[in-house]
Order: sequence, then structure tokens, then C-alpha cells
Amino acid sequence: MLSTTFFLEQIKRSLAIAKKDIQIYYLKGPVIVFGLIFPLFLFLAFTIGRNLSAKELFPGFIGMVVFFTATSVGPAILPWEARSKTLERLVCSPISTWAILFGDILASFIFGLFISLVPLIAILIIGVEIMDLVLLSSGMILATFCFASLSVLLSVYPPTDIPSTVMMLSSLIKFPLVFISGVFVPIEQLPEWGKIVASASPLTYFVDLAKCSVNGISYFSVPVDLAVLTAFALVFLISSVKLHERFLPKRFS
Amino acid sequence: MSIAISVHNLTKRYGDITAVDNISFEVKQGEIFGFLGPNGAGKTTTIRILTCIIKPDEGKATIMGHDIEKEPLQAKQIMGIVPEMSNAYIDLSAWNNLMLIGELYGVPKKQRAERAKRLLEKFGLYDRRNQLVRDFSKGMKQRLILCMALINEPTILFLDEPTSGLDVESAKIIREMIVELNNTGTTVFLTTHNMEEANKLCHRIAIINHGKIAAIDTPEKLRVKSSGLQSIEASFDYLVNMDDLAKIPCIKQVEKMGDKIKFYTSDTNEALNRIMDYARSHGLKIITLNTLAPSLEEVFLKLTQIKNGV
Ligand SMILES: Nc1ncnc2c1ncn2[C@@H]1O[C@H](COP(=O)(O)OP(=O)(O)OP(=O)(O)O)[C@@H](O)[C@H]1O
Ligand SMILES: [Mg+2]
Repeated sequence: MLSTTFFLEQIKRSLAIAKKDIQIYYLKGPVIVFGLIFPLFLFLAFTIGRNLSAKELFPGFIGMVVFFTATSVGPAILPWEARSKTLERLVCSPISTWAILFGDILASFIFGLFISLVPLIAILIIGVEIMDLVLLSSGMILATFCFASLSVLLSVYPPTDIPSTVMMLSSLIKFPLVFISGVFVPIEQLPEWGKIVASASPLTYFVDLAKCSVNGISYFSVPVDLAVLTAFALVFLISSVKLHERFLPKRFS
Repeated sequence: MSIAISVHNLTKRYGDITAVDNISFEVKQGEIFGFLGPNGAGKTTTIRILTCIIKPDEGKATIMGHDIEKEPLQAKQIMGIVPEMSNAYIDLSAWNNLMLIGELYGVPKKQRAERAKRLLEKFGLYDRRNQLVRDFSKGMKQRLILCMALINEPTILFLDEPTSGLDVESAKIIREMIVELNNTGTTVFLTTHNMEEANKLCHRIAIINHGKIAAIDTPEKLRVKSSGLQSIEASFDYLVNMDDLAKIPCIKQVEKMGDKIKFYTSDTNEALNRIMDYARSHGLKIITLNTLAPSLEEVFLKLTQIKNGV
């Protein structure tokens, strides 16, 4: 059953799901508000008047952009589909649950990646020197995928069909995470307990990676950052699929 | 003929409600099979189980030999589905909706476009293909949903009240389409509470009520077989006492309908004799006398009322 052709065919159907998500959800109000406007103001509120150079600000900023954009589309999709009764149409189509979710993650991923390219290109244009662009780019891709998987995981519970409820609840998880991830305060400057909390957040490792690719200094070391981000991505991906497989039928019965 | 859908002891409960109660039936390939029942009978629940949206609590069903729980993807691959609730993507155009569904069923790109064009033309939507479904009327949406159900050229088509809420013209287009598809070999499973529709379209009908199948047969046989339901319509030259008529042996029920009186009986022959005896002994002239097969509606009411305990 799980032959290669079967797998590839399902992946193709995932792409159809992602295409549909892009056409429909990228322009939804809550996605724009929670994905772009909120984090932008949050960042401005914390950096204005602190007199830091673009080079110092960039790692935290790119961390926030990647994190918020990659998690903005994902949580909204399933409740939206449940509400408009299109989820039922998807579920009775010959596509596996994992393939539906993979499509949603892909849509989230592409949204995050494209928007994160904007500050990256901007910083290159204004002439800030980046020591390791390859590391930064691959870190961005890995982190965006990791957060996109997290975002779809966030819509597992509660199985509501009110998109704004899920957006609100997922923001309750997302915003605190930013504060413990070395975005505003470098991890070296945190107290011991702060460092422990920070090490539980996947965003910490991406910010650390971004810092290292800008100025060559990292707190955890590059291999650790990459390994932990990969581990988080896998955990989010697998638990998202497993949990949705369990809770999805509950939306109909 | 081989079996398209086979259902064994299917049960689905919602809390205390048994929405589908241990039902079994078979649908042959090439048949139009109707599921007829009042609101809340369990029609939609049955369709949702057969289309793999919800899992049954008990029992087993197969679609063209594919077990719906063990091989759901294979079963879904050969189905077309028109769900009860209209659910095309309102933020997508008609065309993009069709392309999406086509892709989900793995229909190759070129075929997808060809079929979409043909279907949209057939249902009079081709000129509106680039318009968002948001702006479609109910009838247009329903026709689009039918197009979406047909993009994979299904072997079995499931339709949950496909014509409910549509005007006569739209309903007619959809019924004609069902017959046409069936003529080319598609098996059709449809639910309805429209007696006329079931009667005209279906080769066989299952009457479902409170989650149980009350009867299952051809429309014609359902009419004839349901005992106690043949009726006789008579009119007399004088007003007659209805209570007296009700006392005639072998008459189950009498009903006054304008200047006619309707007698329900299980034995037409005996009842006719008795009615004539009655007329003779009361000095009445019989003006008209007809025997009628019961309408499907009467069969339906009778069967569903028995189960209601009325
Ligand atoms: N998700 C659900 N949760 C709880 N009860 C449900 C659910 N779906 C259906 N039911 C119950 O199951 C019974 C059968 O419902 P179903 O929708 O199958 O009826 P139906 O025959 O399709 O009716 P209608 O003609 O109104 O569409 C009803 O009593 C209904 O209240
Ligand atoms: Mg129904």
C-alpha cells in the first residue's frame, strides 16, 4: 500500500491542497493581522529608542518574521474549512489525512519563506554584511518548515470551526514564545532559569543560528542549532499528523 | 449483475440517538437506488458512512469490493459525491474548484481541463467559469457541485438530496443528468424525501425511518405489496354516514375527499362486494367506483407511521 507511486501520487495531491490554500487563505484578514501587522508593531515597540545597529537588530528581527509569518496561515485553515463545509469535501476525496496536512504545512511554509525574503533582501541592499549567507538561508528554510508544522499542529485542539478562536489561542502560545527566545534580549544576558526556558523554544535556536551567520558568534553552536531545529520540525510534523488523524473525525460526529 | 454497494449491519450512534440502526442492503451495479425517509431518518448519516466521512460504530460496508474502513482511498477514488450541504470553495472560481477536485482525484491535467469544459458547458456554467462561487445562486452552486462530483468519472455517484431547494427547472436538469449517467453505466445512490422523484428515478427504493429500513423494493412492488393499502374511491348520489361505512367489514379506513369517499382495504375484491351490498341495502346509487393502487406517498406514510407507533 505504501509504495513509492502511491506516496508520490499523494504528494501531488498535497500540492493541489497547498495551491488552494495559497489562493484562498493568504489574503484572509486574520492571517495578515496576526502574521504581519502584530509582529511588526511588537518589534517596533521593543526596538525603537534602543539605539542598536541594523546588524545587531537583524537576527532577532528575522527570527520574528520567520516565526510569525510561518505560523500565521496554518492555524486558520482547518477551522475555516470546517466552517465552510469544505473540509467534508476534502475528507471524502481520495487523499490521506497526512497529505492534506502536508499541503497545509506547505502553504504555511511558502508564505513564511517569501515574506521572510523581504527583510533578508532589504538588509543585503542596505549593505549589512552577512558572514554566512548559505547558513542563514538554510536555517531560514529549516526554521520556516519547523514553524509551519507547528502552526498546523496548533489547530488540532480545540476542534472548533471559528477561525478567530484558533488564531487567538495560537497567539497565546506564539507571543510568549517570542519573549523567551532571545529575540529582544540576547540569551547570554538571561538569568540561569531564563536560559533553561529559552532552550525549550525552537525559535531560540533559529535566532542563535541567524546571529552566528551574521557575526560568527553562536551560543549553542551551529550543529546543535541545526539538529534541534530538525528535531522540533519532525516532532511537530509527526504529532500534527497523528493528532489530526485522531481529532479530525470528531469534527464530523 | 455484480454488487456495487454492500452494507451489513451498519450502526451509528450519537449519544442516545441511534442514527443508523443495524441496516443491511445491497445495491447492484447500474442501479439507481433511492433512500427515502423523513427528516432525521438517518439518510445523511448513511451516506456519510459510505463516503468514508464518519466511521460506523458497528457493521461493514464495501464499495465495489473495497471495504470502506480498510481501503477507504480506493473506495473514495471511484465515487462521486454530492453532499447535503453545498460546499464548493466560495473564494475560488468555478473553474478552479473543478481543477482542485480533479487534482485530488489524480485526473491528469489535460483530461481535467477537457472534462471540466464539457461538464460546465453541459450544466450551463461555462460562461461563468471564472466567476467566484461566492456570487453563484443556490441552483448554480448545486450544478457546480454536481460537476465536481463527476470530474473523476465515478463508477458510483452518491447524491444527498440533490434537488432540495431548487426550482423546477434546475431540479429537472439534475434529474435528467442522473438518468443519462445511469444509462452510461453509473450506479447511483440518492437520498430524497421527494416521493415523486424517487418514483420517477429509482429502480429500487429503501424506505428508512428512525435509522431502520422499513421496506426495500421497486416503487411498483412497494405500492402493490404493502398490504392494507389498496384503496377504492366511490361516490354516491346521497350523503352517506361515514361511521356506517367505517363499520363495513374488511374496510380498514374511510376518508371523505370532496364528494368522493376513499376506502382503504387489504382485500379489494371483498371490499367492492361489501360496498355494493351497502349501497343496495341503503338504496344508494353508485355514481363512480374506482380501484386505486396506493400512491408511493401513502406507502411511505403507512410504513413510517407504523415505525412511529402511530
Ligand atoms: N453530528 C451529529 N451529532 C449528533 N447527532 C447527529 C449528528 N448527525 C446526525 N445526528 C442525528 O442522527 C439522526 C439522523 O440524522 P441524519 O442527518 O442522518 O438524517 P436525514 O435522514 O439525513 O435527515 P434530513 O432529511 O433532515 O436530511 C438525527 O436524529 C440527527 O439528529
Ligand atoms: Mg440529510
